Amino acid sequence: MGSESSAVLDSDSIMDFNQDHFALLGLAPAFAIDGERLDQAYRALQTEFHPDRFAHAGEAEQRLAMQWSTRINEAYQTLKSPFSRAKYLLELQGIQAMDANNTAMPAEFLVQQMEWRESLMSTVATADYPGLQALEKAAKAEADRLLGELAADLDERRDYLAASETLRKYRFLEKLLADIDNAYAELE
Amino acid sequence: MALLQISEPGLSTAPHEHRLAAGIDLGTTNSLVATVRNGISVVLNDERGRPLLPSVVRYLNDGVTVVGYDAQARQSDDPHNTIVSVKRFMGRGLKDLVDLSTLPYHFVDAPGMVQLKTVVGAKTPVEVSAEILKALKMRAETALGGELTGAVITVPAYFDDAQRQATKDAARLAGLNVLRLLNEPTAAAIAYGLDNSSEGIYAVYDLGGGTFDISVLKLTKGVFEVLATNGDSALGGDDFDRRVYCWMLEQSGLSVLSDHDKSLLMAKAREAKEALTEHAEARITAVLTTGELIDLTLTEGQFNELTASLVGKTLTPTRKALRDAGLSAADVKGVVMVGGSTRIPRIQAAVGEFFGQTPLTNLDPDKVVALGAAIQANVLAGNKREDDWLLLDVAPLSLGLETMGGLVEKIIPRNSTIPIARAQDFTTYKDGQTAMSIHVLQGERERVSDCRSLARFELRGIPPMVAGAARIRVTFQVDADGLLSVSARETATGVEAHIEVKPSYGLTDDEIARMLRESIDHAMDDVDARQLAELRVDAQRLVDATQSALAENGAALLSQSERTAIDALLGQMNAALTTSDPSAIKRATEALNQGTTEFAARRMDVGIKRALAGHKIEDIGI
Repeated sequence: MGSESSAVLDSDSIMDFNQDHFALLGLAPAFAIDGERLDQAYRALQTEFHPDRFAHAGEAEQRLAMQWSTRINEAYQTLKSPFSRAKYLLELQGIQAMDANNTAMPAEFLVQQMEWRESLMSTVATADYPGLQALEKAAKAEADRLLGELAADLDERRDYLAASETLRKYRFLEKLLADIDNAYAELE
Repeated sequence: MALLQISEPGLSTAPHEHRLAAGIDLGTTNSLVATVRNGISVVLNDERGRPLLPSVVRYLNDGVTVVGYDAQARQSDDPHNTIVSVKRFMGRGLKDLVDLSTLPYHFVDAPGMVQLKTVVGAKTPVEVSAEILKALKMRAETALGGELTGAVITVPAYFDDAQRQATKDAARLAGLNVLRLLNEPTAAAIAYGLDNSSEGIYAVYDLGGGTFDISVLKLTKGVFEVLATNGDSALGGDDFDRRVYCWMLEQSGLSVLSDHDKSLLMAKAREAKEALTEHAEARITAVLTTGELIDLTLTEGQFNELTASLVGKTLTPTRKALRDAGLSAADVKGVVMVGGSTRIPRIQAAVGEFFGQTPLTNLDPDKVVALGAAIQANVLAGNKREDDWLLLDVAPLSLGLETMGGLVEKIIPRNSTIPIARAQDFTTYKDGQTAMSIHVLQGERERVSDCRSLARFELRGIPPMVAGAARIRVTFQVDADGLLSVSARETATGVEAHIEVKPSYGLTDDEIARMLRESIDHAMDDVDARQLAELRVDAQRLVDATQSALAENGAALLSQSERTAIDALLGQMNAALTTSDPSAIKRATEALNQGTTEFAARRMDVGIKRALAGHKIEDIGI
């Protein structure tokens, strides 16, 4: 529907339903982004397109507003999270980093993951609160280190295969941190 | 108090007509209607100066329906025909309901939603709620001296799709144009936020008569962004009453009660609870139909003990909402208390303890939701211009599909900002498979049996292929009201099999028309006349919207011939409006909608340029 309506626009139009998320939000395509600017651009666009702005408008405008507002939410949510932003940057390069075929991981990394998982289970079993906090600190440090690596892979070296592997590692850490979060809830 | 009518000041000099809009808080125990007058949101009182309308509907055998205080007063005398707390039954089947033993109604199990047997036949909760909404609509139209353009109706943030759809259907049945379904805590935040022009993280703790919501919001420069919401759509003040009621039975050694006595003692339990907000103890006396005398004293300490687990039940969702928002209690700058049940001292203390600060109670917890809804209604009706504020709300519950093994694949996670759309591809399981059954679910659990079933539908006409070759793309769209629609299409072969579903509990237009015919007060006026009137209102709204769009940037965006074409369609529409031919008005409306789609798209384009103005041109990527 979006392409039907955008097909009739002026040639100098920037309104293209298929433009990428970065272009939509007025940012250069890169992993390192200015979060403040992302938030501002998002709010500025939603202020313009949110269905609440069109509650008294005609049907055509209401429908377009819902489509655009949906599109803006999708772009913002994708760019806001480092994981989905990196995944999306790789997709723009034609790489499906999380594809089921891309599962090979270095052995030492997997061993480290297993150790952390075991440590998580034992801290929960023994209600070891300081132990859980120590684990969380270590996992967060590793996650931050991987984010730094991702930025270097994507923005400086433009080594997309290396970035894919770093992203898959980061995915493990994100899941571990989520489970640590749930463990806190259990201990409460 | 006699009601004096005062016209809107400045109305004659205003460039646009002031559109009458109302905010409605359709509560479990009480309902309210509010509007913005002279820039200030006010609750509209009834002819006796009372702001609340008890959410009680009584059906009499002569076909008369009584709503509010008069119905409430007869609750014990006529328990089967006097429906209280109907909100608890909205979008619910018989198996969803708990504590049936304390309810005096004759339930009828019906597909989708339970019904209540009354002296004038079985009534759905949608019909009962529509009676409450009609009473509020009439109150607003009398006070404002004209027909409402539209209304914002509030729902608990934790209401699922079935409950939201039922609320919207009730509004349609009451003849209201719903501008938006608004989450109750968000409405409260609007009323507070705009009052105090606050910035930062706020939590809204909303404990009403039958529902509990907790929302965490971020307020920044006129944007209200809901970060997370959680709650329990079957926990509220009613449960506190029930605890007291059960204690009364236990203390008096009673077990089997007549429906009259059940209603009587439930009312006494409520009175005792209310008395305890200001006194250290409450005396409860009642004479049952059996002649038995009840005389008990309930202390605040006993009450707190009886209800401690209920207070605890509100803190678990509160923790979850904070965790989903990635925040801790210390990040919260203010806690807003909403709902009559937050008057209970123990609740204020528990919430204060949890957040480490005294909760905000400077707005009346009974009124704050309606006040916020009225402010939103005023904006949505088009009475205020763009530069004010924006509301970004979320979907409270995850939405997904059934996959192999009775498991749920989540498509839209909870707390996603709405509107949102997500697509997921599925494939066939067998060679030559031409149909696929799709089961839509809502909830957080992994098993299908633990989630709410929203809809089942079949996608047919898939071209026969080997197993795994077909690509079925299922798309979920949640609109700004939080309502879901699902579509599916086969994409591999380019052969499109496409279906739009509306979850099964939603009412079709035919059902709405039938209910209108059946309802007593509409039997007298003509259903066709009413439909014609609705078509006219819609058509006029489109004409107004088109004309204001043309005035704003018609000259800049349309060529002479395009302008002529739209003017011709407007002319046809005006001609159709002079007739009383519904199909002519409908055709003209559709033609004008169609003919302005391109113009609408260009106006959007201007909008995006305006929104990104101030960004460097090389960043925009053109």
